[in-house]
Amino acid sequence: MELGTVLPAIAFYLFASTACICALMVVIARSPVRSVLFLIMTFFSAAALFVMLGAEFLALLLVIVYVGAVAVLFLFVVMMLDVDFVELKQGFAEYLPLGGLLAFVLTVELIVLGTTFRLPENFSAQVPIEQGVSNIEAFGLVLYTDFAFFFEAAGLILLVAMIGAIMLTLNKKKGVKRQKVSDQVARTPKDGLELIDVKPGEGLS
Amino acid sequence: MAEFFTMLFDTNTPLGWFIVKTLIILAYVAVLLISLAFLLLADRKIWAAVQMRKGPNVVGAFGLLQSFADFLKFVFKEAVIPAGVDKPIYALAPVLTLLMAFITWAVIPVAPGWVITDLNLGVLYILAISSLGVYGVILGGWASNSKYAFLGAMRSTAQMISYEVTIGLVLITVLLLSGSLNLTVIVEAQAGGFWHWNGFALSPITLIMFPMMIVFFISALAETNRPPFDLPEAESELVAGYQVEYSSTFYLLFMIGEYLNIVMMCALITLLFLGGWHAPFDFAPFTWLPPVLWFAIKVCCVFFMFSMVKAIVPRYRYDQLMRLGWKIFLPMTLIAVALVGAWVTFVINGA
Repeated sequence: MELGTVLPAIAFYLFASTACICALMVVIARSPVRSVLFLIMTFFSAAALFVMLGAEFLALLLVIVYVGAVAVLFLFVVMMLDVDFVELKQGFAEYLPLGGLLAFVLTVELIVLGTTFRLPENFSAQVPIEQGVSNIEAFGLVLYTDFAFFFEAAGLILLVAMIGAIMLTLNKKKGVKRQKVSDQVARTPKDGLELIDVKPGEGLS
Repeated sequence: MAEFFTMLFDTNTPLGWFIVKTLIILAYVAVLLISLAFLLLADRKIWAAVQMRKGPNVVGAFGLLQSFADFLKFVFKEAVIPAGVDKPIYALAPVLTLLMAFITWAVIPVAPGWVITDLNLGVLYILAISSLGVYGVILGGWASNSKYAFLGAMRSTAQMISYEVTIGLVLITVLLLSGSLNLTVIVEAQAGGFWHWNGFALSPITLIMFPMMIVFFISALAETNRPPFDLPEAESELVAGYQVEYSSTFYLLFMIGEYLNIVMMCALITLLFLGGWHAPFDFAPFTWLPPVLWFAIKVCCVFFMFSMVKAIVPRYRYDQLMRLGWKIFLPMTLIAVALVGAWVTFVINGA
């Protein structure tokens, strides 16, 4: 076989198996921080798979958004958690039937799906890429024309979510002294300084 | 025999391509590290000069070999690993920092065609890798099992994430003007004298782009934890921040990574705003210098500014830093993106 066709296959299996193993390790790992680290590895392998499909833009976005921002916040939260494993395992028997049932249903569904689903004839995993148009240009051409409404709607939803999150955490306490830079800059010696002529022997009361 | 060698270095075959690329990368790394050693010395010398000291002057002539002596010193020191650390992660953090600092350079073009990978999404790649750089800091701080280190890591991460937003938005203004994410194309768009550079262009848009260059410079200081934004390692409060439990080679890796990031930011400012490898005047005596030298000179000039800021400006308070990032830079850059977008749509493309 030609080296040019073997290399992508090797790369695919490398990234795919890394993604699967890391996804498994997310669940298995004992330390929650390690779990998040394996989750990051999973994201990263997924990004590598995107690159192999010719979707570099999606891959880099995945890295920037999920690995660079979302996972960092996960890590923040998990690092500050005080996880007690003894306490965590207390409810194990209680949740086992429900959890087992869910796992069973999911497995059956996956098996049914796997046995009945057929790829259409002449199916190709390659996304049709227009010649002469780079990945990001192709995105821009549809995102801001055909799907402009959905794009803007998504933006609005995110804005509402952001305002909601800010409203939830905003607490206006009375008596909190905040720094107002404009006030500080506008301050003159007149406002802050008072010269008092103290008479000898009397002092100030 | 000769045939064998031509085959080994023939970039059309997979093996030859691999060998040639590996050699190029090794050369790049070597040049980077050696330049870094002297830039580090320059940093200390400039700092010393501002404070009317002599700076390192014992090892070699004018202390030229000081960085190499320091390198050996760090390597031969005992690596003290504190009790209660998460050893794999503790060791991973500095390596990750160094790795991320190095692989960013893969897309930095230093002269026409002198680039390891001429990526079409080069700018996005740099953003992605720099967002990964946070992990070295946060993991190092956490795995050290020390409160100082953890607090330092927290500060550093919050700071880096905050200023990444500003950096991203400033990048967008440059991308809009040059119409590409490829760094080579961005530099080529600034060809022909300093009046074509994004930072100093003879066009009304410079009224926006020049402040954007300053904003980028300040954000780069914050992003790389340089003074006046070196809160993660504020020695008066946190001893040395996230790297306090690191010693010997581990610490060395952290420090090389940090300085590489600083030089990378200098290179990025050069590429985006100062015309990359183009000479400031596109006629005879200036064009005699090879492009790569112009690039190096510009990077050194920006690095000089970094050093001067370190020597002159006092450290910011943490709330001031956050205020600057979120309340001043973010709205400013957002407005700038809108204005530059309008300029490109209605003036450059519309007329």
